[in-house]
Amino acid sequence: MRTTFINTLIELAKKDDRIFLITPDMGYSVLEKYRDEFPDRFLNSGIAEQNSISIASGLAASGKIVYVYDIIPFVTMRCFEQVRLDLAYNQTNVKLVGIGAGLTYGSLGTSHHAIEDIAIMRAIPNMTVLCPGDPIETRELICRSYETFGPMYIRLGKNGEPKIHPDGTRIEIGKAIDVTDGKDFALITTSNTLEIGKRWVDEWKEENIDVNLISMPSIKPFDHERIHELLSKDLPIITFEEHNIIGGLGSSVAEIIAESGKSVKFKRIGIPDTFSHYVGQHEYQRKMFGLLEKPSIDFLKY
Amino acid sequence: MTDNQLRAIAKKIRVHVLKMILDSKSSHIGSALSIVEILVTLYFKILNTDPANIDDPDRDKFILSKAHGSASLYAILAEKKFFSLDILKKYFVNGGILPGHLDKLPVPGIEFSTGSLGHGLGVGIGMAIANKQSCLKGRIFVLIGDGECNEGSIWEGVMLAAHLKLDNLTVIIDYNKIQSFGRTNEVINQEPVIDKWKSFGWDTIEVNGHDFNELINAFNKKQTNSKVIIAHTIKGKGVSFMENKLEWHYKSPSESEYKTALQELEIDDQ
Repeated sequence: MRTTFINTLIELAKKDDRIFLITPDMGYSVLEKYRDEFPDRFLNSGIAEQNSISIASGLAASGKIVYVYDIIPFVTMRCFEQVRLDLAYNQTNVKLVGIGAGLTYGSLGTSHHAIEDIAIMRAIPNMTVLCPGDPIETRELICRSYETFGPMYIRLGKNGEPKIHPDGTRIEIGKAIDVTDGKDFALITTSNTLEIGKRWVDEWKEENIDVNLISMPSIKPFDHERIHELLSKDLPIITFEEHNIIGGLGSSVAEIIAESGKSVKFKRIGIPDTFSHYVGQHEYQRKMFGLLEKPSIDFLKY
Repeated sequence: MTDNQLRAIAKKIRVHVLKMILDSKSSHIGSALSIVEILVTLYFKILNTDPANIDDPDRDKFILSKAHGSASLYAILAEKKFFSLDILKKYFVNGGILPGHLDKLPVPGIEFSTGSLGHGLGVGIGMAIANKQSCLKGRIFVLIGDGECNEGSIWEGVMLAAHLKLDNLTVIIDYNKIQSFGRTNEVINQEPVIDKWKSFGWDTIEVNGHDFNELINAFNKKQTNSKVIIAHTIKGKGVSFMENKLEWHYKSPSESEYKTALQELEIDDQ
């Protein structure tokens, strides 16, 4: 996703000289090509995240389209108040691009994990929150972020995620994407759980369980309509995110269900409101949190 | 515009501020009164800014980072005809238009919404970089408080601005020596202030922040890098019983205190 992001941004920057990229000293082996091609539209603002967000806001208030690239906790939480006030309250055209969704940074530890970012960012008025799940979604949503004025948070994973959608798929802000049709229940993923969700759905298929896989990269605005369609079909829903169980995708869906006046079998899968004290790489962390093996669907029976 | 004319405007601003804070029973009158001469100098002598052309890309931009002094800025903008003087009655009250800290949406002339300390310098740096990159001649001015310099984000900005040699950026410190809950240099001693900024590479000037000539000279002095004007001011300046008193960071005047204050301002004018 990182490479897709920077390649897409370079394409856009060639066409539009308002694009500006700031990094608080992050981006080794990713941002060099942009930096070298557009040196006067690139700033390494130093390991100073608060100031970086304020600077981005000042640039955007002067007509620039500003992308800020950093590891997720440092571009959302270290500088939260600058994001809330300078970016969002001032309605600036700044796009925060965070890397390392969920447990991506594995053994580096909790300081580098990102399990609260969706909850925090979606609670800020004016913010758009986008969590692409594969390189197609990444490319499309970076393009949409450029076309759409306003403050945004874009949550990226790492590099090397497989393409789930066919090339050329159009992805819109505020729209769910159906990956597979299915009549037994719906599995909704966001961000970097799309790949695992697809694997589960394929495995279920072999067991003759027919799952409607839905990717939900747009957390805010959220595709309420798609959830209401599932409710009207009485389709059970499982949400799946590499994020704290509080405040992310599952909460977003639960809010809609709760206000719909309908009832449906519903289960949230995520990180159970705990910091990771496991030491190990991304896949190991996922395994320890039960995010690799497909879940029991016994709850559907009751 | 002569010194006397500037003083007359400053008096008008203080009268507006007193009335706004009397009517709204809001706080921060001391912080508003200490920056009056700085704002009058900027808006009536220095800034290239025109209420008839507020989006002029070549304009100078001013950010009030210590936005708790907003009453003075609102009064200045009204006197500069960015909006009507009537709107000053809508400060801080129920059904009002002008909040205690700045919101750029309700009225023209406010470049950036501020309120939490330590944000304005970074925003100003972003604007200064943008102007340089787009070859715009507008200068950026950021007014910060002395207590605000406790914020780490200020020093993140101080480091970077000088490193980038942003000679289109000027910071003014309202050095009134009192912050929220104590005397500034008893809370965290910042002296020697000028040496700190100088050591980061800034052009530095110290002035009496209530002296128009000193302020004008400081603003006009050619700069080779980012410039800081350390403006020694008096919190609550202009009203004897408010001067240098921590309590006037919070209190609003009673009717009788208001009348006494007005009398003092008249007397001071003669």
